[in-house]
Amino acid sequence: MNPAEIDQSLNTLGAPSQPLAHEAAHGHDDAGNRMFGFIVFLLSESVIFFSFFVGYIVYKTSALEWLPAGVTGLEIREPAINTVVLVSSSFVIYVAERFLHDKNIWGFRGFWLLTAAMGSYFLYGQAVEWRGLSFGLTDGVFGGTFYLLTGFHGLHVLTGVLLQLIMLGRSFLPGNYDKGEFGVAATSLFWHFVDVIWIILFVLIYVWQ
Amino acid sequence: MTNLSVEAIAQIEQPLPGAPDNWKRFFSFSADHKVIGIQYLVTAFFFFLIGGLLAMVMRGELITPESDLVDRAVYNAMFTMHGTIMLFLWTFPALLGLSNYLVPLMIGAKDMAFPKLNAVAFWMVPVFGFILMASFFVPGGPSQSGWWAYPPVSLQNPTGNLITGQTLWLVAVAISGVASIMGAVNFVTTIARMRAPGMHWFRMPVFVWTVLAAQIIQLIGLPALTAGAVMLLLDITAGTSFFDPAKGGDPVLFQHFFWFYSHPAVYVIILPIFGVFSEIFPVYARKPLFGYKVVAISSLVITGLSTVVWVHHMFASGTPGWMRMLFMATTMLISVPTGIKVFAWVATIWGGKLRLNTPMLFALGGLTMFVFAGVTGIMLAAVPFDIHVNNTYFVVGHFHYVIYGATVMGMYAAIYHWFPKMTGRMYSEGLGKLHFALTFIGTNLNFFPMHPLGLMGMPRRVASYDPEFAFWNVIASLGGFLLGMSTLPFLLNIIGSWVQGEQAPKNPWRAIGLEWLISSPPSAENFEELPIVIAEPYGYGKSEPLVSNPDALEVAHESR
Repeated sequence: MNPAEIDQSLNTLGAPSQPLAHEAAHGHDDAGNRMFGFIVFLLSESVIFFSFFVGYIVYKTSALEWLPAGVTGLEIREPAINTVVLVSSSFVIYVAERFLHDKNIWGFRGFWLLTAAMGSYFLYGQAVEWRGLSFGLTDGVFGGTFYLLTGFHGLHVLTGVLLQLIMLGRSFLPGNYDKGEFGVAATSLFWHFVDVIWIILFVLIYVWQ
Repeated sequence: MTNLSVEAIAQIEQPLPGAPDNWKRFFSFSADHKVIGIQYLVTAFFFFLIGGLLAMVMRGELITPESDLVDRAVYNAMFTMHGTIMLFLWTFPALLGLSNYLVPLMIGAKDMAFPKLNAVAFWMVPVFGFILMASFFVPGGPSQSGWWAYPPVSLQNPTGNLITGQTLWLVAVAISGVASIMGAVNFVTTIARMRAPGMHWFRMPVFVWTVLAAQIIQLIGLPALTAGAVMLLLDITAGTSFFDPAKGGDPVLFQHFFWFYSHPAVYVIILPIFGVFSEIFPVYARKPLFGYKVVAISSLVITGLSTVVWVHHMFASGTPGWMRMLFMATTMLISVPTGIKVFAWVATIWGGKLRLNTPMLFALGGLTMFVFAGVTGIMLAAVPFDIHVNNTYFVVGHFHYVIYGATVMGMYAAIYHWFPKMTGRMYSEGLGKLHFALTFIGTNLNFFPMHPLGLMGMPRRVASYDPEFAFWNVIASLGGFLLGMSTLPFLLNIIGSWVQGEQAPKNPWRAIGLEWLISSPPSAENFEELPIVIAEPYGYGKSEPLVSNPDALEVAHESR
């Protein structure tokens, strides 16, 4: 007999029928707790980005020589296209969520996959940009902060895409949404977060040159 | 299995896995907050002894003016490791252990919001403890740049290896940060969403308020330290130049990142101790806590102010004048909510029917030490004075009064006070009082002489010094050795009492609080039925019930 069963029998011994009602209430609370905890985590996570941004501003405003020798500035056209793709994917993921809410599972899967594809395109565009740049991570504070900010954000995009693929795979499991849609809701929230961070980052690095 | 077999009834008499009397669960990946709490406390105390041993060697070195006991480089490594171990492996985990054990019990929850995450966060402590200890065995030895790891000192890498004491230090601190964030998310969610019916915000014990305030600081501050640590790690391993002034970097920016977290970290440490004081004084003075709501709210005020004081560590770092003035003012301002608490505790004790047993003695001793540290803290906040004593032993004396005098004494007070609840055994009062006497005398002998030394101009972090400083250093070293001895009666008491102490009743101190309504130690589920809270905490002398269902909290056969 395993410990869980003994605990179960102890429960029924003390207060018959109580555990069942309680279990249901507990399960409901769990989803709410997870969302609350996830939001708290994202707020904390945003402080890391905020710190990097403040560091970037301090470096940029106080540096004697900001751009490394031979670098005139950053090309803004391709990153702007990338930005449009990433920002619009935030709306696409919202549509996917609405479909799931209305129990249209294939509509959800289609738009969800489109979001992941747009995220992947962003990563691809970022990689292409990195490859074409004439400066590296060790080229002064400019190079360091550029790759740190875009790289750290890129890691978050990659995490978001992976989470989306996991959620997509899980949508094929029978009874996946019986206990609520926490995974989908949290992934979507994370995606909006990554999006907002990118807008600030884009303004700081590309627009403010 | 729904019906009860004969086999199950027979097993009820046996120690069940997860039941309070089965010691093996302390060595398992248990998700029970009470087990995790004790795991934290014991692990942390182990590292406290290691950090203390390093301090003994340092005091041994400083008992003579010459550098004759250990090599200077070894001495540098020792003070770095002493500071790092004491903060990241003793105070933080020990307070987390206490918070883990008490918060769910105090708010009437069956466990934390995320029990498995809780266990993962705990098991990271031995992992990064191991990584930090491993730095003793890499070429070049542990980090020598002090616990604050300022560049450009921390950027130096004379051995040229990738795995140095400094990189291991950074990795350990990073893992500690991840674990602390996990813990903080868990605590904030638990306190916000897991309170028992009727446990409104202003019915929570002050300890819960202070844990909430402390964990919010972790959530705001730690990411900033992480940002700085990532950049420093890149500087060391990948060749970037964020903090290297020779290549256009800004070492002062690291100081900002570091202190933006590491000053508030002091409040992460002291706030739960404020909570402990607020719990203990009413019990042993038999009076309600004076100004409960103000004390509770002032914790959050401290959290808010703690994010705008960090530059007072950098008055001597080329900080502009306006910044010095601004942060001098904010630093002095933070003594207002702190002072409110001190006055509230004094008013609580005032005219009370005092019972001077071990927890109360430690709490009173801790409060006294804290007031002393508060006075020197205000002195240090003043820019002209701080410029004069910056980086001297005056600073070392000040923060040891906070961290040893107030925090360690408060920890001891808490351990003695809740020992019967945690173990179901009573501790030995005689050994406890001996422990208090040795600790109180040792603390003052060890740390008071640092103040005159600092005023005379003795710099911190040196292995040798001018012979004119010898007198106070000898006294400090004797105090240090006494403090080392003081842990012996404590260990003897705790281990001996746990094994064969007298059985503890539910509520040996006649204290008011949810944790005292259930058996000692509590069952794995804490509460069979969630308590329905109908009164404010600290109702001493009021004879009103705390909950409406005191008899339903536990199943009958488990009560002792």
